[in-house]
Order: sequence, then C-alpha cells, then structure tokens
Amino acid sequence: MKINKKLRSALVTFAIVIIAFLVCEAGIEGWVDGFKLKFAEKGLLVPICCYIVLAVSLNLIVGISGELSLGHAGFMSIGAFSGVVIATWLEKAVLTINDAGKTVPFFGDTAIIIITIIVAGALAALAGVVIGIPALRLRGDYLAIVLLAFGEIIRNVMNCVLVAVDGSTMHFALKINESSAVGFGQGMQMVINGAQGTVNKVTSAAFNNERFIIGFGLVIFTLFVVLNLINSRSGRAIMAIRDNRIAAESVGLNVMKYKMMAFVTGAALAGMAGALYGLNMKTVTAVDFDYNMSIEILVMVVLGGIGSIRGSVIAAAVLRFLPEKLRFLNDYRMLVYAIVLIVVMLATNSPILKNFWALLMRVKPLRVAVEWLQALPGKVRAAFSFGKNKNGKAGEAQ
Amino acid sequence: MISLLSTLLNGLSLGSVYAIIALGYTMVYGIAKMLNFAHGDVIMIGAYISFSAILYWNVPPILGFLLAMLVCTVLGIVIERLAYKPLRQATSLAVLITAIGISYLLQNGAQLIWGANTKAFPTMVSLPNATLFGGSITISNNTISLLGDQLKISGNMLVTILACVVIMVALTLFINKTKMGKAMRCVSEDKGAAELMGVDVNKTISLTFAIGSALAAVAGVLLCTSYPVLQPTTGAMPGIKAFTAAVFGGIGSIPGAMVGGILLGIIEKLGQTYVSDQLGDAFAFAVLIIVLLVKPTGLMGKKVHEKV
Repeated sequence: MKINKKLRSALVTFAIVIIAFLVCEAGIEGWVDGFKLKFAEKGLLVPICCYIVLAVSLNLIVGISGELSLGHAGFMSIGAFSGVVIATWLEKAVLTINDAGKTVPFFGDTAIIIITIIVAGALAALAGVVIGIPALRLRGDYLAIVLLAFGEIIRNVMNCVLVAVDGSTMHFALKINESSAVGFGQGMQMVINGAQGTVNKVTSAAFNNERFIIGFGLVIFTLFVVLNLINSRSGRAIMAIRDNRIAAESVGLNVMKYKMMAFVTGAALAGMAGALYGLNMKTVTAVDFDYNMSIEILVMVVLGGIGSIRGSVIAAAVLRFLPEKLRFLNDYRMLVYAIVLIVVMLATNSPILKNFWALLMRVKPLRVAVEWLQALPGKVRAAFSFGKNKNGKAGEAQ
Repeated sequence: MISLLSTLLNGLSLGSVYAIIALGYTMVYGIAKMLNFAHGDVIMIGAYISFSAILYWNVPPILGFLLAMLVCTVLGIVIERLAYKPLRQATSLAVLITAIGISYLLQNGAQLIWGANTKAFPTMVSLPNATLFGGSITISNNTISLLGDQLKISGNMLVTILACVVIMVALTLFINKTKMGKAMRCVSEDKGAAELMGVDVNKTISLTFAIGSALAAVAGVLLCTSYPVLQPTTGAMPGIKAFTAAVFGGIGSIPGAMVGGILLGIIEKLGQTYVSDQLGDAFAFAVLIIVLLVKPTGLMGKKVHEKV
C-alpha cells in the first residue's frame, strides 16, 4: 500500500488514540504495578471519549466546512434524551424467554448501548437535516446565531418532554405550561421527567470498562468517518467551498449539498456521543446542554487548532482532564482555566507577543532547544521510516 | 384586553432592557467587527457593584447606580485594551474565543468575590403613595394602578421604559450630532480611511467600549430591579437574548438594536402568556430564525453585496 502524507498523518492520529486507550486500560486493569487509575479519573474516561467525538465532529463543521456553529450541544442533547428512551424501550419491550422460562430483555447491556448509539445518531442526523436546510443558507455571524437559537430551542423543548414507561409501553407527553395537569398515573416509571431530566435505569452510573471500550470504539469510528470524508472527493469539495464559495460554485460544485454533508455528519456524530454520554450518567438535564456546552466544545476545537483533527482529539482529552488535575486550586480552578484560555489565544494570535517570541529566539540556548524540538517529529519519522528512502524524503512521487 | 395590555407592558419593559444591552453589542460589532461575548457578564458586574454599594457601603441607590456605571466603563476599556486590542488583526474566531475567556473570567471572578449563592437585589425605585385624578390613578406599594385597579404598572417597569427612551434619544443624538459620534460612524464604515482622515481609531474604539459597558451597567441595574435575583450567571442569558435581539434588528445598526430588543421582549412575554410559560425563550428564538430566513441580514441590517 502506498503511504502518502495524509494517510501517514491519519495513522499517527489513530496510533495516539490507541496508545492512550491501552495506557488507560493498563491503569484500569492494573497491568503494571503501581499504576492504577483513581476512581475520579476512571469516571472521566467515558465523558472524555464523548467529548473527543464532539470536538472532532464540531471541527468537521467549523474547521473543515468553515461554518461557525454555536449549537452543537443541541445535537448532543437530542442524542442523550432519545438515547435514554431508546435504551429503556429496548430493555422493557424487546423481550425473550430464557432457558429458565423467565422473560428477560432480548439484548444484553452492551448490545443495548450500541443499538441506542446508532439509532440516536440517526435521529440527530435527521435533526441536522431539518435544521441545516434553512440555517445553512445564512452566513457568518448570522449562521452562528441561528444555530445557537436552534440549540436553545432544543433545550427549551427538552425541558417540557415527559416520557414514562408502564410495563412494556412507553408514554409520551409535553408539559408546556408549569400549571397544566399533564402527568402519568401512579406506578409508572419516569424515563424523562421534564426539567428534572432523564432517569437512566438501564445502565449503572458506576464506571464500566465495557462502556469505555464502546466509547473508544466510537472515537475510532468517528476518526475513521471524518478522516475518510476529509480525504475524499467530497471532503476536497467541502474545503474548496470553505476557501472560496463563489469560485467553488463556478466550477460546478453543489454548495448546499456539500455543506449539508459536513453538517449532517457532524450532527449525527454529536448525537452518538450524546447517547453514550446520557447512558453513562444517572441523570442528565436539558440545562446541561445549553450554549455553554456548545462553547466548551468550540473552545476545544479552537485550542486544538481549527481544522486539525488530531489537535481536537488531544485538546478535548486535555481540557476535560485539566480541571480535574487543577482541583487542588479549589475555587480558583475555573479562574485559572479562563486565564489560560485568554493567554493562549493572545500568545498565538497577537502580533506583539509574536514579536516577543522572536526576541526570545535571539537567545541562543533557547533557539537551539526549540529547533531541536521542532526537528524531533522528523527524526522520529525517520527512525520509523514508513516506506521511505534513507534521505528521509517521502517516497510518494516516484 | 386588559391582560393583553399588561402583557404588552411587561414585554415592553423586558424589551427595553434587552434593547439597552443590544445597543452595547451592536455598537461594538459595528466598530470592532467582533462578537463581544463578555458583554453579558459586564451587566452582571454592574449589578453586583450597585448591590454592594447599596447594601454593604450604605450608599444611596442613585450613587450606587452611578458607581456601577463608572466601574463598568473602566472595566470595558481595560478589557478592550488588554484582551481585544492585541487581536485586531486576528481571525474573528480567535477574538470570539478570547471574549468567551473574558466571560469565564468575569463570572468566576464574581463568584470568588461575592459567592455562588443568589443575592436578593434591593429595590431601587420608590414612588410616593398618592391618589391622582380623583382616584382614577392610585399609587401605592411602588405600583401605579390604572383603570380602576385593573391595570398595574410597577415603578420598576416605568423607570425601565423611561430609561430606555432617554438612552435611545441621547445615543441617537450623540451618534448623529457630535464629532465623536461622527468619528464612530466613520470607523465603523472604513477603519483605514478614517485613520487617514485623522480620526484616532484606538480612542474611538475605546470610547465605544466605554459607552457599551456603561449601558451594560444601566441594563444590569434595571434588570435586577425587575428580576431581583443576582448570581454570577445572571448576565449570561439576558446577554445571549440581547445578542439575538441585535442580530434580529440587523447587527451593527443602532435603530435595529432598539427595535429588535423591544420586539424580542414583547414576543417573549406574549409567547409566555398565551402559548406556554415554559417555552417563552423558544418562542423568541423561533421568531428570530423565521425573520433571518426571510431577511438574512436582520430587520434593519445593510445588505452586503459580495464582490468576486
């Protein structure tokens, strides 16, 4: 197989994720003496998988397709809420009789989670189509605000949804007025209880290694889908539209089709991540998925580097892990986070600070160190030369 | 009929607050071409300052109000100088994320200083008890009763609407009649050309932030007199709504922000009263989406033609 630059970059991303996964597994299972993940750290693993998927899918919309979205959490919300309903239905209504003659759910826990993720992804994709068709006609800040508005509408509507299960039947209702007497009879088990959020009785909230493996699988699936899309004909069309819409249109690209492709793929992946997130928690409320959540995901994308999938993966993991590690700072934790965010943005974008770096580079030991660090990836690559000749030049064009 | 009238008045009062906040958004957008996400949190800081001034330092309400304006003005200028000015040439997304960082900073700073639990905002408005026009208008408990007690207007509402009108008139005069207003219009139209004509762009941008932040302080105090719950996230949702209002009216346009703010407030209250008290926000956002789909640059936004 010919390994070109893009494929190599994709393989490195997969390798990073797989190695990180194996390190976590080692910490969970205690393969190495003295390295064991703490309870709180284990609890972070599945959410980190979800956030990686969210960040990568948002990067597809913001970085690759170039549409600023402030409503990504809305799709996550749809995934999380529909996920809990689907999982409950699968557990209560799809039954079989086991060898002992007892009625038991047809699917095991793992199968329920996987099916739920797939169906929730499809529902979120549908929402993506419904929202995308009108919204993607707008541009720039107007698009951003409309997507934010859609996200807030989803939050508001989810706040009013009531779902209960009675035996194997599901009951749905909308409680749109605080005082209205919408409710269910006694003895029904609530699945979604309006503003109080979901009641997840399918999966336990405690850390579960199988669920982490599913999360890892979801991350790999997302990377596979997104990286393949980017490196395909469609992906090049999407990026061409981002770089110059008018030029792309004039060479015959169907702008709406490609924008929708990126947007709906992103929405579906966010819905899948939302389903896993919802099933990993005892309860999630609609307020959890307000615009702050969308912004949090956007921050991951921007700090990881717009358009860089690997950057999003790393930023999502680090930004979810960092507040946990900063816990010793107590109340100052979020303050430090905010300051770090501002300083990073200023340091990477401000001309004044760039000049400051240039000044620093005049100091010889610093310059040598930085140059050595910059050359390091090349040296590593040369050491593991993937089908290249010895000069370290890519063997692509032969 | 009376209930409709009272809903409209409520909406007008809420809309006035949105309009005042939206003015800050739209002015900053017009001049610096950036979405100042931290604007909502400046509102919250303003409310906290006047809260502390009145309750802890026993300052009379009007002085507390002025102090809040002063602090927010300085805050706005400092934020602009430290965080936004170095990013003039950066991509709009980088500026947006920095603004979000400032927003986190203000929220968490406020949480450290004043604590996370909600504070009850003191009443700022007190009307004298009186009976006017032979009993057709009575004023008691800071509430004006009209039409034989059927229509009640609280003092807060009255002050909010009045403040909005005063601010609108003053701002329109300032923008259209003064030299500084002219400079602001120039910078928003073409920064480079304005600089060549001798307009101090940096000073003008600072001035815009100062006015926007002072208006945010006014909005903060007005918001908290009508809805007297104060916590570090108080400013976030009104900020987003006002931002929506600014886009609704056409971002960058000052009359647009006023109209957008007031319409958004009225729509939200009408939706809350007649459709669903849970879906008021959704209602406002849905109207925004419909307006933008029909008129993609907002009610009063300028249509920008794309050049190839």
